[in-house]
Amino acid sequence: MTGQERHAARSARAFLAPALLLIAVFFFLPVLAALLLSFTDFDIYALGDLNRLRFVGLRNYLDLLQSPLFWTALGNTFYFVVVGGPLSVAVSLGAALLVNAPLTRFPGFFRAAFFLPVVTTLVAVAVVWRYLYHPRYGLLNYGLGLLGIDPIDWLGDPAWAMPAIILMAVWKNFGFNMIIFIAGLQNIPTQLYEAARIDGASGWRQFRYITLPLLGPTFLFVALMTMIGYFQVFAEPYVMTQGGPANRTLSVVLLMYEEGFRWWNMGYASAAAFMLFVLILAGTLLQLKLRRRDPE
Amino acid sequence: MNRLLHRILPTLLVYGLLMLGTALALAPLLWMLVASLMPPGEATGYPPRLWPSTVTFEHYVALFSRLDLGRYLLNSTLLASAVTVISLFVNSMAGYAFAKFRFRYRDRLFRTLLAAMVIPAQVAMLPLFLLLKQFGLINTYWGVIIPGMASIFGIFLIRQYLLAIPDSLLDAARMDGAGEFRIYWALVLPLCRPILVTLAIFTFMGTWNDFMWPLIVLTDSAMYTLPVALANLLGEHVQDTELMMAGSVLTVLPVLLLFVALQKHYIAGIMLGGMKG
Repeated sequence: MTGQERHAARSARAFLAPALLLIAVFFFLPVLAALLLSFTDFDIYALGDLNRLRFVGLRNYLDLLQSPLFWTALGNTFYFVVVGGPLSVAVSLGAALLVNAPLTRFPGFFRAAFFLPVVTTLVAVAVVWRYLYHPRYGLLNYGLGLLGIDPIDWLGDPAWAMPAIILMAVWKNFGFNMIIFIAGLQNIPTQLYEAARIDGASGWRQFRYITLPLLGPTFLFVALMTMIGYFQVFAEPYVMTQGGPANRTLSVVLLMYEEGFRWWNMGYASAAAFMLFVLILAGTLLQLKLRRRDPE
Repeated sequence: MNRLLHRILPTLLVYGLLMLGTALALAPLLWMLVASLMPPGEATGYPPRLWPSTVTFEHYVALFSRLDLGRYLLNSTLLASAVTVISLFVNSMAGYAFAKFRFRYRDRLFRTLLAAMVIPAQVAMLPLFLLLKQFGLINTYWGVIIPGMASIFGIFLIRQYLLAIPDSLLDAARMDGAGEFRIYWALVLPLCRPILVTLAIFTFMGTWNDFMWPLIVLTDSAMYTLPVALANLLGEHVQDTELMMAGSVLTVLPVLLLFVALQKHYIAGIMLGGMKG
């Protein structure tokens, strides 16, 4: 190693040290500790006296798999991801196509308008949506009433609570992916569309054979980020329904929060957190694999 | 006639949908503002009112005088500012090192960091709570600030930006005998200004809007941030619709204003982060 290289390595270490130290101590170490914690019976007694801590092997995981509540939370979370995710991506893409359409004037205005929900505080807008959803004096039911539709107890009816939360989440989030889609759309060379028009391709065929394939990488990124984010749903049900009615909006993270920070069953809650991680990892790898097999 | 229809119809359709979308996107926010100005009970009348009979600011007054919202506003501002300033330094130093120095394991280290972004933050939360409890940092500002002081995404953004800046610029400064920290401080940071502004908005808004971690760490109500205080108020004042709307307006307004003022940088940041996926 020359003196210059040594100097570079030393400088690099100095510049990296604060960030890496912080990330190691306050992220990697806790993640590792969570794995260990998930094999123990860490609870409120261990919180007071560490001598009470015992290794229980896989018992937390087995308990979780045998707990109906965990399966309920898992089912609800999947519901949120599988229905809310694609809906959110579809609305984002639709909004991006509209804002980016050649005949749209003032795209900046519409882009900003669609983006405003993204920057708002989730808790504050969840408070607002609770009232919009109110069965008696909520604006939503009033609007439906004008169309002759009977009022729906959005957050109180077990069948409607999750759809209501999904609707709010889509409203809140679609603007973010819309921006990424707009960037993707603007990277498609306009000559391709011109050539297609000369060949007489219809608008739909242009979309199907030019826009969609060329948007592929953007699509994958958006789908992945949305899925990862939606698996972690917490604040929406916490503020709007507290997981109810009848646990129909209880998510895995909400369950983890309740078990860990309310009942102090931290070993059990860590196991739930790790299950979530494994699911997210599996979902990510699955999407990457599907994408790679895709000939486009 | 047919040709005219063919030209006008798409325009009508596109603008119709754009208007509808704008109305749907803004309606909840506008109603929040309108309802916050209504006299007590008016927002829960039937049929719903779309305009206050008389505009009143009494709920805002009540929030500051009776419910101490000023304190939460201060907490939120303080925490979001502290996290933003500290993390900008820490992340820019690391991003600089990854972009401009050669050292062993650099690429492997960077890839490991990026891969770790798949790990949901909630996995670390339980042990992090125990760790901070050991340090006596639960229910302190530091408990909220510390986990936000470095972020992989921030390091990534700065690195991407600095890769595009020619090394010759830095080498010239080295020739002139400037020390490494001086180069970082007087040359790299000013060069990074656009991306630092972007990252600052991201971090500030992210910290301001964060809910789960402050909810866990802050136990004493005097320490609450706005979102946590609002969720807590909802439990006690669930009947006071207009009051809750005023609280929501105060929670949302600062980040909305920040966004409107700096939207160019914010949008550029999303594109920069998104395009690399």
